[in-house]
Amino acid sequence: MTQLTSLTIAEAREKLTSKAITAVELTEAYIGAIEAANATINAYITVTPDKARAMAKASDERIASGKAGALEGIPLGIKDLFATEGVHTQACSHILDGFKPKYESTVTQNLWDDGAVMLGKLNMDEFAMGSSNETSYYGPVINPWKAEGSNQQLVPGGSSGGSAAAVAAHLCAGATATDTGGSIRQPAAFTGTVGIKPTYGRCSRWGTVAFASSLDQAGPIARDVRDAAILLKSMASVDAKDTTSVDLPIPDYEAALGQSVKGMKIGIPKEYRVEGMPEDIEKLWQKGIAYLKDAGAEIVDITLPHTKYALPAYYIVAPAEASSNLARYDGVRYGLRVDGKDIADMYEKTRAAGFGTEVKRRIMIGTYVLSAGYYDAYYLQAQKVRTLIKRDFELAFHAGVDAILTPATPSSAFGIADENLANDPVAMYLNDIFTVTVNMAGLPGIAVPAGLDAKGLPLGLQLIGKPFEEETLFRTAHVIEQAAGKFTPAKWW
Amino acid sequence: MSVDLATVKRVARLARIAVSEEEANRMVGELNGIIDFVEQLSEVDVTGVEPMTSVTPMDMRKRTDAVTDGDKADDIVANAPETDRNFFLVPKVVE
Repeated sequence: MTQLTSLTIAEAREKLTSKAITAVELTEAYIGAIEAANATINAYITVTPDKARAMAKASDERIASGKAGALEGIPLGIKDLFATEGVHTQACSHILDGFKPKYESTVTQNLWDDGAVMLGKLNMDEFAMGSSNETSYYGPVINPWKAEGSNQQLVPGGSSGGSAAAVAAHLCAGATATDTGGSIRQPAAFTGTVGIKPTYGRCSRWGTVAFASSLDQAGPIARDVRDAAILLKSMASVDAKDTTSVDLPIPDYEAALGQSVKGMKIGIPKEYRVEGMPEDIEKLWQKGIAYLKDAGAEIVDITLPHTKYALPAYYIVAPAEASSNLARYDGVRYGLRVDGKDIADMYEKTRAAGFGTEVKRRIMIGTYVLSAGYYDAYYLQAQKVRTLIKRDFELAFHAGVDAILTPATPSSAFGIADENLANDPVAMYLNDIFTVTVNMAGLPGIAVPAGLDAKGLPLGLQLIGKPFEEETLFRTAHVIEQAAGKFTPAKWW
Repeated sequence: MSVDLATVKRVARLARIAVSEEEANRMVGELNGIIDFVEQLSEVDVTGVEPMTSVTPMDMRKRTDAVTDGDKADDIVANAPETDRNFFLVPKVVE
């Protein structure tokens, strides 16, 4: 039975269609795997076995009557940021204590409409603010990967750490995730999984708890490029309830796999060669270049001169938007309330008790940069720099570059409760140095595993594409995957 | 620009987050670290550059001005900590 959990979505789809297995069997296998592993990995904060069994049973009926959807019977994990009707939805924060929405997010509704099965809600950094999943109210997620010969527990990255760990440990067939500055791609890279942040506007943000609205975008984390393509096709949609969702046809992303990259121009930005970058990362990047060159792509050096300003600009724009978005958590309409002597005291005590340290820090930064006298110096300046960051990419694409290849992260997964990172918020923020530019420019980016470092931990490469050209990313990432192979952690849990 | 203890307390008040003396003191150092980091943006020449308002050039779609939702007061107050007959209850605001 347990072998069923090692099937990719594409493989499970084939076995379900040919009736070699049933959706109920597949779902039971995952429920069993979660029961056995979750106390150790902590990827799920809520498991919904009854709902999963009922959905799987309905899937089997639809398969029998020839009405199967694109994801019929596929068991998925859902990041706690997505509103799921009647099911725990708290963005892994204490302030949303007990919140069970009366509505469903558009992204998850799209998945259920295509026949997918919900296994439960996945752990994440509180309000998606973090790069290690350690800011969750529900405790850290443990990376299924360990360094060779070491017993140290590692982080799965963040903020979609539960999604990445659950996919890597085969506790779901695929997972939803979200990415504001790297929250899909960094955890994917840390766990040997594939994660894509599509172009801003490709997936509806409706029903996704807001962090920084101009940067937030949903996407999948999956075991391979094909599965990521299958999931994105279902997740993406234009939505009357999100005016920033785009009305563009959704291509059959899977059809892009196997297409040649011959003659494609791949840009290598010199600014991503940062000081102090481990040798393993540089080697991996060169390996990726070689894979694409061997497949017939043309490699060109490019320059994205404002790259170093992306992270500082992000740490103005994202907290500013967060401070506004999180103003709604005041103890009145939902979640936690701590009584006070008057209404202002109630607000202040509720927010003090409900938000964790990192969330408070970002609300404070956001409030400060938006406060009277500082708006022009910080927020307006950051939005102008953002224009320049986007222009860098536009110039590269205009010069004929089809996609850009970079490392996904500046290191492999680090230890739980790393003291240097705990005491220095900026050092933790540097995890997103290669991914954040993509959010600032609204572009699509995919992280694909490309090798292991000297410690035996997975490393990922990132491909950045033109707006709404996710097909190019799937096609190119597939070439890297074919050359590099896939990476699965040795089971110890 | 650097952040002092009085500024931290003022910003916490604006953000409606109660902070203890100890937390406020710790935040002085942390916020200054972050502000120092973002300060490097001031070296970028942004003469004639428009601030970004939307990553994708798009006209905002407008929907018909019609009622498409409603009659669900029970749903709306369902998650509230304190309610009475579909009103949200808060501590007394006006004496």
